[in-house]
Amino acid sequence: MIHPMVPEVRRIKRVYRENHNTVTLAVEAAEAAGPACLPGQFNMLYAFGVGEVPISLSGDPAEPGVQHHTIRDVGAVTRALTRLKRGDSVGVRGPFGSAWPIASCRGRDVVLIAGGIGIAPLRPAIYALLRERERYGEIALLYGARAREDLLFGEEMELWRGKYGVQARVTVDSAKWDWKGNVGVVTALLPRVRFDPAHAVAMICGPEVMMRFSVLELKNLGMEDRNIHVTLERNMKCAVGFCGHCQYGPTFICKDGPVFSFDRVRSIFGVREL
Amino acid sequence: MKTLEPILEEHPFFRNLEKCHLELVVGCAANVRFEAGQFIFREGEPADQFYLIRQGKVAIEISPPQGEPIIMQTLSEGEILGWSWLVPPYHWQFDAKAVELTRAITLDGKCLRKKCQEDHSLGYELLSRLVPIIGKSMEAARLQLLDVYGVKPRAS
Repeated sequence: MIHPMVPEVRRIKRVYRENHNTVTLAVEAAEAAGPACLPGQFNMLYAFGVGEVPISLSGDPAEPGVQHHTIRDVGAVTRALTRLKRGDSVGVRGPFGSAWPIASCRGRDVVLIAGGIGIAPLRPAIYALLRERERYGEIALLYGARAREDLLFGEEMELWRGKYGVQARVTVDSAKWDWKGNVGVVTALLPRVRFDPAHAVAMICGPEVMMRFSVLELKNLGMEDRNIHVTLERNMKCAVGFCGHCQYGPTFICKDGPVFSFDRVRSIFGVREL
Repeated sequence: MKTLEPILEEHPFFRNLEKCHLELVVGCAANVRFEAGQFIFREGEPADQFYLIRQGKVAIEISPPQGEPIIMQTLSEGEILGWSWLVPPYHWQFDAKAVELTRAITLDGKCLRKKCQEDHSLGYELLSRLVPIIGKSMEAARLQLLDVYGVKPRAS
């Protein structure tokens, strides 16, 4: 990184169309040996002439020379980003923020709960866990989406399930008869997977209301707040804790987060005014 | 003849139910199976049964006017299907259809209501087990109503 506030111009190496409104951009990594990316961190991506947005890294952090960003078209900047093609340029600042607690998962069961596009920031954590699969106990991945056509990374989900013994369960909020999978909220999947709540680490990423219910269910099963990790999203602008746009109580999401252990944010989590 | 008591006892819904209550319940129970695509019940029909799913998957559907049915929830092994047998006028509010081959224990709603009427402690026990499930279902329906994964247009 030249300077944290100066975007670096980088080429797009590949574009993967994930579904009707979501793409993954494989962006070339920084030329200079920048800081290594950690699962859970994000970059600020600048669509020239349109604007800049925070986008979580969604690829394998160990893959050299490339950084993946999975982007859903929800507004002007993300629309411009999802329309970029191979060989186009994008401005990149980062990586920024805190990471998923991969090291603290060793010897324990891991529960990953993803909602919607929230599967993308969790994917680097899944890669990191599966690289040393033998170090961890049960790995359960619970993934909820709005509908079948919104699901992401379906083929990889099969690979994780088949090759690595991940208890991957998927559910959608509603479906037509051609869907033979689960329908219902993601928390309904929790009783259907094996893990020991007393010795597990949970990582949750998705809409805040979904995370709130997930935390509640995990606590009901006996998990401690310090073993539950959530990732939060606010209006991040500078990404280095200067501007204050992403202030969340006493913390800045960009600098202190986006990944927090639940005991750090428990008192303000779910406060409507924040 | 083998009774259904050991199967009922193992199902999460009846786990740790007192022996005297289990003996009352087993008299209302029978084994059933449904092929994939078979309706278990239809909206508006009398709700005379209640099901403990042992294996398979069941879809709860609602049909919008002139539209394709929408699946709102699926239920699988270890879960229960239906509580309209407990709520007057005892009619099903939705359709239920087997997504795959489904094996279940069916409990006769009229028989259970009669036994609950005669033995209030059994009634209390059953309600204590049903109400949290109904509560969770309401909570889930509210979450689904919020459409939390929907795309909300925003500036970026």
